[in-house]
Formats: sequence, C-alpha cells, structure tokens
Amino acid sequence: MTAHTFKVWRGERGTGAFQDYSTDITEGMVVLDAMHQIQAENANDLAIRWNCKAGKCGSCSAEVNGHPKLMCMTRMDELPAHEPVTVEPMRAFPHVRDLVTDVSWNYEQKKRIKKFKPRAPDAPDGTWRMMQADVDRVQEFRKCIECFLCQDVCHVLRDHHKHDEFVGPRHLVYTAALEMHPLDIEDRLGDLKDEHAIGYCNITKCCTTVCPEHIAITDNAIIPLKERVVDSFYDPVVKLVRLLRAKRT
Amino acid sequence: MPHPRVRTTKLLTRMPRMNRSLPVMDQRGFGETLRRDKWWIANIFVVTVLSSFLAYATWAALQNAFYTHGPYLSPFYSPELFGASPHAWFGPKPSWWPGFIPFSPALIILPVPALFRFTCYYYRGAYYKAFWADPPACSVGEPRKTYLGENSFPLIMQNVHRYALFFSFIFLIFLWHDAYLALWFTDANGVERFGVGVGTIVMFANVSMLSGYTLGCHSMRHLVGGLLDRLSTSPVRKLAYDCSSACNRGHMNWAWVSLFGVALTDVYIRLCAMGVLTDLRII
Repeated sequence: MTAHTFKVWRGERGTGAFQDYSTDITEGMVVLDAMHQIQAENANDLAIRWNCKAGKCGSCSAEVNGHPKLMCMTRMDELPAHEPVTVEPMRAFPHVRDLVTDVSWNYEQKKRIKKFKPRAPDAPDGTWRMMQADVDRVQEFRKCIECFLCQDVCHVLRDHHKHDEFVGPRHLVYTAALEMHPLDIEDRLGDLKDEHAIGYCNITKCCTTVCPEHIAITDNAIIPLKERVVDSFYDPVVKLVRLLRAKRT
Repeated sequence: MPHPRVRTTKLLTRMPRMNRSLPVMDQRGFGETLRRDKWWIANIFVVTVLSSFLAYATWAALQNAFYTHGPYLSPFYSPELFGASPHAWFGPKPSWWPGFIPFSPALIILPVPALFRFTCYYYRGAYYKAFWADPPACSVGEPRKTYLGENSFPLIMQNVHRYALFFSFIFLIFLWHDAYLALWFTDANGVERFGVGVGTIVMFANVSMLSGYTLGCHSMRHLVGGLLDRLSTSPVRKLAYDCSSACNRGHMNWAWVSLFGVALTDVYIRLCAMGVLTDLRII
C-alpha cells in the first residue's frame, strides 16, 4: 500500500482549479477506485459520473494525465508512480461540476442522422437475408459504448468548437454503421458533406487512439465515408460513369 | 474566485446546439497540455525524415547522373521516358524540353509519387501535426483559433488522392519490371545471363515495400471493394478488399519503410555507379 497524490479538478460551470488529494493505492486499483476513495475520505462532495466500473457504460470519461480515458479502465500501475496524477473533466463539452460534463449535445446530434431504411424484404414473409461477410464490417462499429472520448479528443470540437457544424467521430462511426449496412438504402452522403461536415476531419487519428473499444474509427469509418463523399461529389470520372450508366438504363 | 486559466462563456454563442446555460473549458494555448509523455518526438521524427527525404530526392533528381548501374535503375528515375541511359524508352532529352529548366528524367515522373504521398491519408495526418501543428498532438493546444480543415480550398484538393493512386499503381508495375530486369546481367561477350546481385535484392525489397504501401492505400481499399455494401456478391472484389485491408492495417509502417526503401535503393545504385561500392554477385 502506497500513498499517491492526485490533482483533481474541482469547480463548477467552467470555473475551478486543481486540488491536491492523497490516498493509499493498493494492487489492482484503477483511477475510478482512487476517486471514490478520495470522495469517501477527503471530499464527500466530489462529483463523478460512473456506472458499470467495467468499461462498458462509457460514463466515467475524463482526462487522466492529459489523456482522455475511462477512469474505470485506467489502472494505477500504468501511471508514473512518483508523480501526481491529474484528473480533469472532458474539455469538449459544457462543464457541470468537478469531473462531470454535459454530453447531451451528442444525443441531439445523433437525432440529426438519417435513420436506418431497409430495402424491400427479400422473402414473402417480410424478412431479409444477409451474408455474415457483409455484416462483419459494420459489426465493429456497434462496439461503440458512447463514452465520447473520441469527441473529446477531436481537435475540431475540443479546440475549434465546431459543434454547430461538425458531428464528430462518434457520429461518423454511427453513420458508417448505417451507410455500410447491407440492407440500408438511405443516402446520407449529401448530409455527410454539408450538414455533418466530414471534410473538417483532418485524419489526426486521435479518435482511434483513445477509443476504449479499439474501433479503427479513422481507417474503417471516417476515411471510407470520405471516399464515398468523393465518389458522389468530387470525382468527375465517377460522375461521368454514373451519368452514362443512367442514360443506358 | 475563478481559476486564472479558465475563461467561460466566450465561445458559447457559436454552439447553438450545445447547452448554453453551461460553459465549456477554455481552449488551451499552443503546446499546452497535461500530457507527461514526450508527444513531440513523433513530430520531430516526421519533420526530420520528410524534410531530409525531400531534400535528398530533389538533389538526386537534379543530378541526371549515376542513376543506373548495369541492369539496375534508380526508382527516382523509373520509368525513364527520356534520358541518356539504355533504360530510356523514347531516346535522349527531347527537343521540346524548356531551356530554362534543367533536364533530368526524374523531373518528368517524380511529381506522380510525390503527389501520391502528399495526398496520402496517413501522411496528411502526420504532416498536419508535425508541420502545421493542427493539432501538434492529440489533446495538445493549437496555435490557431480558426480552422477550415479539408472542408474548403485549398485542402479540399486532397481529394485528388485516388488519381495519384491510379498513376502510382502504373508506376508500380514498371518498378516490378525494373526488378525483373535486375535479374539479367550482360556478360563480357554481350550475352544476357540470369543472376542475382545485392542490388537485385535491394530492388526487389524496394518494390515489395512500395507494393505494401500502394496496395494498402485507403483509396485503393475503397475502389477495389470498400464502396460496396454487399461484398459477398462479388467474391473477387471481396478477396481484393480483404488483401488491401490486410496491407492497410500497417499502412503507417508501409509508408515509412517504403520511403526509406526508395531513398536507400537510390543511394545504393548511385554509390555503385560512382564506383564507391562494388555490387556483389550472389548468383
């Protein structure tokens, strides 16, 4: 058992400062355990959002030593032992109190994305047939736990505050899951280009780096969507081919 | 008492869909971060390697000398459309070449691989960070308040990447042909015989690394199958997509090793041509 120092952001509505706390760390503890211990021993009013403690609910997102992380999945033995651990709230969303931010903007963005629209049923009983190989690709996107760490680390939202123009990596993953679905026939490419401004992404891959579910957000979701947008709006050859095909039919 | 680093509501007017009653944390200053790791090392590596490569490639391209040795042809000069070496397709320097531009076969073809790498999705992310600090690294403060991204001119032009891929793919076929020709050595009697020299291995290694990089390109992955939602209906495209995806998973590594590979292949052939190195024959 060793004492460890934490610098925890304390304050409300965007104002505040780091406060130092010291607590004992035992083997196997994660940062969320330490926060709970500090809450119990030193700061009963410390506001933390958490739920499952198993990396599946996405509630305890925060920034640990400057890295967006789930507190429940950040083991203390991964952090430098002789330096204070800084814990602060996500910076891309409105600050509520201490480590808690208001992430409701994300739910509003999700509503703006066109819903799943399946093709006509394949069978007379109103059912569809899909090959496993076709759903494998979108299966990866369904691992998302909506922790919004990718949104937090995305510099378009975090630093440039383009919340009114850019939906962010989480919603591009959601769009990719719909757009690449083998049954879906909805066209979201126009929205991706204009309403959701996929062009703002400059492929820093920070979203992929922080994803606790290890979704290859940039390589498997955002870049393939960018390529589809190029097909539809920027590639004159593809446009010509489509025009000729349309004339033939 | 507010913390001195925290400004509160200035940015809220730009976020109509955000909760206006709650302020966000302020934007960090340039380079400001709570990260403890040496995040700037990656940027130093990118700036150093890309700048060095650019300088060397420009110098090598302008030399117009020492780019062939026996059956070997430097990748900076391949395909050699016009030139003085036996590898040239259409003879020596063309008469229409503008007098004010120094002639070199490399200058005719290098814009294609240069554009391919410049517009590559991986390199874009890397040089936006390293050269433009946009951002300097993940969760590190930026120097600018404004941002256009690839949503408008000039960076919207990065969408030409697929065209650069088309031409680079054609060049890749020529480079495989060059590697094949590097297996055939002319003896003292003027007869071509099969052989393997160190240079042959260097050229095959180079074109293999370039293939790993080109075939794993994100645009390639899209064009061979990624654009389809139901790949199972096209088994050949599914196979091509799976192969491209396999290369794509290591795209960053392919990008760097192929960059080093091209430069080192040119260095090897140049040193052999200058007589500094002797190309050892293995077979």
